[in-house]
Amino acid sequence: MEPEDRVIVAIAGLNALIGALDRDGYRVLGPTVRDGVIACGDISGVDELPAGWSDEQDGGRYRLTRSGAETIFGFTSGAQAWKRFLHPPRQRLWRATRDGDRVRVHAEPAPDERFAFIGVRACDLHAIAIQDRVLTEGAYPDPFYTARRKELFIVAVNCARAGGTCFCTSMGTGPAATSGFDIALTELPGEGGSSFVAQAGSPRGAALLRDVADRPATAEECAAAEAIVARTAASMGRAMPDHDLRALLLDNPDHPRWDDVADRCLTCGNCTMVCPTCFCTTTEDSADLSGTESTRTQRWESCFTMDFSYIHGGSVRASSRARYRQWMTHKLATWIDQFGTSGCVGCGRCITWCPVGIDITEEVAAIAQG
Amino acid sequence: MDQMAEPRMAHPLVPRVAHVRRRWRDGPDVWTLEIEDGAGSGFMPGQFNMLTVFGVGEVPISLSGDPADGNRIRHTVRAVGPVTRALARLRPGDPLGLRGPFGTGWPTDALDGRDVVIVAGGLGLAPLRPAILQLLARRDRIGRLTLVYGARSPDQILFARQQDRWGRRSDIEVAVTVDHATSPWRGYVGVVTTLIPRAVSDPANTVALVCGPEIMMRFAAAALTDAGLPETAIHLSMERNMKCAVGLCGHCQFGADFLCRDGPVFRLDRIARRLALREI
Repeated sequence: MEPEDRVIVAIAGLNALIGALDRDGYRVLGPTVRDGVIACGDISGVDELPAGWSDEQDGGRYRLTRSGAETIFGFTSGAQAWKRFLHPPRQRLWRATRDGDRVRVHAEPAPDERFAFIGVRACDLHAIAIQDRVLTEGAYPDPFYTARRKELFIVAVNCARAGGTCFCTSMGTGPAATSGFDIALTELPGEGGSSFVAQAGSPRGAALLRDVADRPATAEECAAAEAIVARTAASMGRAMPDHDLRALLLDNPDHPRWDDVADRCLTCGNCTMVCPTCFCTTTEDSADLSGTESTRTQRWESCFTMDFSYIHGGSVRASSRARYRQWMTHKLATWIDQFGTSGCVGCGRCITWCPVGIDITEEVAAIAQG
Repeated sequence: MDQMAEPRMAHPLVPRVAHVRRRWRDGPDVWTLEIEDGAGSGFMPGQFNMLTVFGVGEVPISLSGDPADGNRIRHTVRAVGPVTRALARLRPGDPLGLRGPFGTGWPTDALDGRDVVIVAGGLGLAPLRPAILQLLARRDRIGRLTLVYGARSPDQILFARQQDRWGRRSDIEVAVTVDHATSPWRGYVGVVTTLIPRAVSDPANTVALVCGPEIMMRFAAAALTDAGLPETAIHLSMERNMKCAVGLCGHCQFGADFLCRDGPVFRLDRIARRLALREI
């Protein structure tokens, strides 16, 4: 994108953008302060965004803080990834009704919700692209995900700060949004409030930007935006060791570090719930009391549960060592064989939300040490 | 087709409705269902279907009938969990949900001129039965055909009467062994792997199809390679938890492979390293 394509959008312009998306029939979702964290929720205007809020993150630690500035996007990854909307935690698949010996299966109709995400970070853009590969590019695409994804409008935000557990630079997934968005914003703090250097990534984005932009961005403003992202890239909280991770993990299924991490891991599955690429699901069947109607519901599942690998007689991965090894080896190694990309985008959520602060970058480093 | 009247998109997780035609017992806690699958499209020996008991749940079960039987399919289940117990209780005329067939099959079309050794343990004979029936139907195309079968005890021998009939034929050799013999048993006692060496006469020209408990397959693979078969001539049917059968739910991963899509039948050279690992 050439600098001359970049425009300046004021706070009022961002508000107008949210309004325009709402009028176009989108359900507009963005970061909000809720339950002591930044969480994705419905928004109807710029006032609901977390202006002035920031966060501190470390292994097993998350604290919302006052940033002391009035920037709107001064925080980093929250607990929730956008997958909860595109690939929701619970999803009814079908219902069956019985009339005598006659059973009819009523497939759940494809969702018609149109989502607009405001404030998607570069790591999460990559995560969405990865879930696209997993859920839409195989022989049997997930039609519900595909329907939601097709209608999705994305307003990305370049990170002005790296969180304590972020390592996107070392994964090659950030902090700059380079593709996969309709509009990308870089927030420029200013005396009279923030403004945004904006660029379009799609014809839809370009059309909307024309309506809400104030003016073309100056060369200075573009340089300032780039400097902000460069500063973020240089201040990552963590880094994934620079190794051929696929070979490293496939060559080390019996490394003693798996026993070490198993002593700490609670197998709670938090890492898989907050991971923006973890896609595993299971199903639950329920029946009404009369036995005439039954329902199958898909829900998120974690490879850390005993049920996950259960076959008659027991679980294949009964030890926490085997379950942690499965999660990390899948994420960083076999995912590449399956989908042509790593399953990790360096968002750091698994580190922050691990109750005992297990750090995937540290575990890799320990194995890499031999 | 009842469910076609509903407005729907083709979601791979939505079953079609089929009905049980017959049901019979094939061993302690083991039942075979014959199902009329009007929307069936045939299957390859070794493939599986997802079977739903409405209101209870869904399980992967291999096809155990003759591929030549068209829409009249068979599934053999051991009643060990809530869904398999409910399946075993279905009566003729009862509806059930069906998805499939899924997965890779035995390479029965690539066996012309080869000797074939079939190694099965326990219920592992069920997914091999379609292969045996198919090979017997075009018996002149292959060389020596041997079934080596192991069961825990004589009363647990699967498809016992059919195995007896096969045993009386001259075009298939059947060797059965049990872990624990009871009084009238006069056959072999011991693990199935001890019967493998005599089943292999021309190792360079022999293909083995193996299905049973994972531990049995590990030792069978070793016995077959010891008998001189290359890893590329040994095929195994693996088992893992499966939920979706279409590569979306993640449960059945075995290393980089999704068992539902890349398996369940694998050539040994592809999985030998993983087969040696515990809890993989």
